[in-house]
Amino acid sequence: MAESLSVFHRELKKGSAELLILSLLEARPRHGYEISQLIDSRSDGALTFNIASFYPLLYRLEKRGWIQGRWVEKAGQRRRRYYRLTPAGRQVLEQQRNSWLKFVAAMQRITGLKHA
Amino acid sequence: MPDFQQLVRVRLRDSGLPPAREAEIIDELSEHLRQRYLALCSTGSGEEHALKTIIAELDLRDLAAELRLIEQSRSEPVALGAPNPPRFWTAVGQDLRYALRVLRLNPAFTAVCVLSLALGIGANTAIFQLIDSVRMRTLPVKNPEELAVIRSANLSRSGHITGRYSYTTNAMWEQIRAHQQAFTGVFAWGNDTLNLSAGGQAHNADALWASGEFFDVLGVQPLLGRVFHAADDQAGCGTPGAVLSYGFWQREFGGDPNITSRTVGLENHVFPIFGVTPASFTGVDVGHTFDVAIPICSEPVIMGERSLYNVRHGWWLAVMGRLKPGWSLEKASAQLATISPGIMQESLPTAYSPDRAKRYLEMKLAAFPGATGLSDLRRAYESPLWLLLAIAGLVLLIACANLANLMLARAGTREREIAVRLALGAARGRLVRQLLTESLMIAIAGAAVGMALAAGLTRLLVNYLSGRIYISLSIDWRVLGFTTALAVLTCILFGLAPAMKATSAPPARVMSLAGRSTATRERFSLRRALVVLQVALSLVLVVTAILFSSSLRKILSIDAGFQRDGLLVMDVDFTRLNLPSSERVPFAESLLERVRALPGVEGAAETSTVPLGDNWWNDYVVVDGKRIVKNVNMSRVTPGYFKTMGTPLLAGRDFDQHDIPGSPQVAIVSQEFARQILGTEDPIGRTFKIDVYKGEAQPEYQIVGLVKGSKYTDLREDLSPLAYYPLAKDGKPDNGTEMMIRSSLSLEPLLESLRHAIAEQNPAITIDFHVLNQDITRSLLRERLLATLSGFFGLLAAVLATVGLYGVIAYLVVRRTNEIGIRMALGATPGRILRMVVGEAAFLLSIGIAIGCVLALSSGKLAATLLYGLKPYDPLVFVVAATGLAAIAVAASLLPARRAAHLEPTVALREE
Repeated sequence: MAESLSVFHRELKKGSAELLILSLLEARPRHGYEISQLIDSRSDGALTFNIASFYPLLYRLEKRGWIQGRWVEKAGQRRRRYYRLTPAGRQVLEQQRNSWLKFVAAMQRITGLKHA
Repeated sequence: MPDFQQLVRVRLRDSGLPPAREAEIIDELSEHLRQRYLALCSTGSGEEHALKTIIAELDLRDLAAELRLIEQSRSEPVALGAPNPPRFWTAVGQDLRYALRVLRLNPAFTAVCVLSLALGIGANTAIFQLIDSVRMRTLPVKNPEELAVIRSANLSRSGHITGRYSYTTNAMWEQIRAHQQAFTGVFAWGNDTLNLSAGGQAHNADALWASGEFFDVLGVQPLLGRVFHAADDQAGCGTPGAVLSYGFWQREFGGDPNITSRTVGLENHVFPIFGVTPASFTGVDVGHTFDVAIPICSEPVIMGERSLYNVRHGWWLAVMGRLKPGWSLEKASAQLATISPGIMQESLPTAYSPDRAKRYLEMKLAAFPGATGLSDLRRAYESPLWLLLAIAGLVLLIACANLANLMLARAGTREREIAVRLALGAARGRLVRQLLTESLMIAIAGAAVGMALAAGLTRLLVNYLSGRIYISLSIDWRVLGFTTALAVLTCILFGLAPAMKATSAPPARVMSLAGRSTATRERFSLRRALVVLQVALSLVLVVTAILFSSSLRKILSIDAGFQRDGLLVMDVDFTRLNLPSSERVPFAESLLERVRALPGVEGAAETSTVPLGDNWWNDYVVVDGKRIVKNVNMSRVTPGYFKTMGTPLLAGRDFDQHDIPGSPQVAIVSQEFARQILGTEDPIGRTFKIDVYKGEAQPEYQIVGLVKGSKYTDLREDLSPLAYYPLAKDGKPDNGTEMMIRSSLSLEPLLESLRHAIAEQNPAITIDFHVLNQDITRSLLRERLLATLSGFFGLLAAVLATVGLYGVIAYLVVRRTNEIGIRMALGATPGRILRMVVGEAAFLLSIGIAIGCVLALSSGKLAATLLYGLKPYDPLVFVVAATGLAAIAVAASLLPARRAAHLEPTVALREE
């Protein structure tokens, strides 16, 4: 039981990772660590990405042109790479959001899940 | 603090990432680890535990493998401004747009390139188009590859020969038709000129004698009405009808749709019109078209006394056939060879002497390729055209060398731009492709303009080749393919090398020179080599031009043996008057008197063969019972002929009023006759007989006069033995005559008074005129064509080479500005600088000329047969060519040299 649940959890996480990252960059540019921390904190620890899976994800999004990275050096800080949404990324974010909402509504109707 | 960078670096060792990218990722991930570590430590985890945690997290996946996958697709070259590597067709589109923009921003450069290329490609295409039309294009009929020409492989004709391709007599043709087995159908045809008008000035049409099977075997369908068939061509048919060509129908009948209800008059005989052939059909004679086609059986009616229909030694037809399926030319030739003895026996001319008959019987018929029809044009113009194509090819090569030089020079100025793009990650291949696109666009533009030029040039050439030659000039796939191939070849030639060179300089080195050109020795040597090549090729072309012009000049100044200027030829035809044979000579004489009496006419005389004309009469003679086997050219003339022609009478007398029918047979001979036939310098009083056909009288002629030799058929021939006889004693006078008229009047008034005088005598007399000198010039068409075109190309080549030399010398001056400044500062005079620069030009020039001389000498053989009066290795020609080329090239290099000599030393020194 525990194993199938963790598989379920893993599959869900995979499918939502892109949406998570994109939505977090909607407000303002962020660097990698910041994004991963936000995911952790805002989900109350339910969703975590470790470094080895997170950055490949980020680079893939950058390769597709949905986000763009830029080195920023602030006084007294090591340089960090900040990412922001591109116009294409914004479009994708919108599409994925809508998809998720439809999906969740459909699940509710079938399974009788209620909003917490 | 642990070394996070090292932690990451170790795990990315096998990633295969580019160093710069790897460094970036190391920085990013190590910073992430550092922050994670600090966060863990701040939540109470010990340092050791924190480190273990982050290492464990790092090792959860194979980072290197994942990154490798991602980064592989990222590292494709990216065009500037594009965030993603573009797909193939997008990239091609980008290249094209960029190339267009670059070319538009440099209009002068683009114009020079396109123009030189257009001239080269245009010239080549025009000449290739002519070659294609004359040599290679198959007849526009059904399955031309099945057609064959049937004629004797060892042709030995004597008798009456008329027409362009008179390989067969009518008797032979009928035998071939009856006994051949290799062809599904055979036909015979011949050409002639027939008068359409009823009197006065002749209005000639090009006639095609065609046997009944002509159109059917060729598979020609009529455009209007019908064509004639075998049933229309039966002996004794009279005037059954004629078929018009499309062009003639348009010209003479205005394209009348009711043409089949109309008639056409040929030599005063009326022919109903059967129909009209399609516009694409112009006969099987390439280079000529026909106006009217009439059945062979009508020939006796039209030609009257001159008919060759039943004359067994009359050669006026050519025979072609369509091979049976599965039959090859060899098989057909074998079959023809077996039936040849029988055919020759049945068609043997009865008038032949025994050894003429023997040669006739030995003839063997064979089948020759007929897909491209027959063409005397081909015979005459094939080698000059190929030679001209070679010349045009050389011009194109020079133009390409020029373009390569220009591209190299420009590549030098774009070095910095290219270096920056290379540094920013552009792949060398992509950049080369971009530069190639630019040269491809120039090549395409050059080819397009070149084709337009070619169309105009070809038209000009065909008009030059005297309007009587007809060549179909529609562009076909061969010409198109040829031009396209040329364009692509030139693109590669002048685009690739500079492109490779331009992208080979290491970017860092270029940028460190801060805008100055690297100008590697290597690249400049290439440009020098190109200029030397140009000079060498130009020399070959200039030598060729001088050779052909000199050859033409020599021919034009040949002594023809008579005074060429001021001679008019009048063809007189009084067939319509139906004069009996005995009245013809006196009638012609009365016309002659009338002409002589006209004001402005200095002299006039009749002749049976116009010198350097289309007719000739030759025979062997018999001296003291022995037959001399040497052709003697003959003519019948009236008294006063030699004076009119301006041929000096060297001994004895001219013909006079005593030389009439019934008086002793006399002759006047030329010096060559006296020497070669009689072996003497004084032939007066000697006698000879003409070797005639069986059944003809063989009178003995006594020589009463000796004249200077003159040219008979061709200006270029050696003087042949000539014999003249009194026209008045002609036992079989024609229904017409040729008059040679000498006058100082200008042409139009003279023609007018002649027309008037003849019409006064009888308006039914037909006359036609031509100026002897013009005929001669037209007969030298080939030489004129070669001289004019090679001259034009030679000039073009010299100009291109000079432009190339100028470019290189100017560039040299720019490059060595600093050095020149130093020299001047150290005391060099402007004169010395000038000499230095001109010296460089002279050096390149002399190598080029030396190589050019070698090339010209070795290729001289190709032109030898087309030259007259000089050898292809005439040293004077080389000296003149070299001097001329050197002079203009040095003059061109003086400009940059002067600029160099007048540089301000201080300015020059500032250039580094």
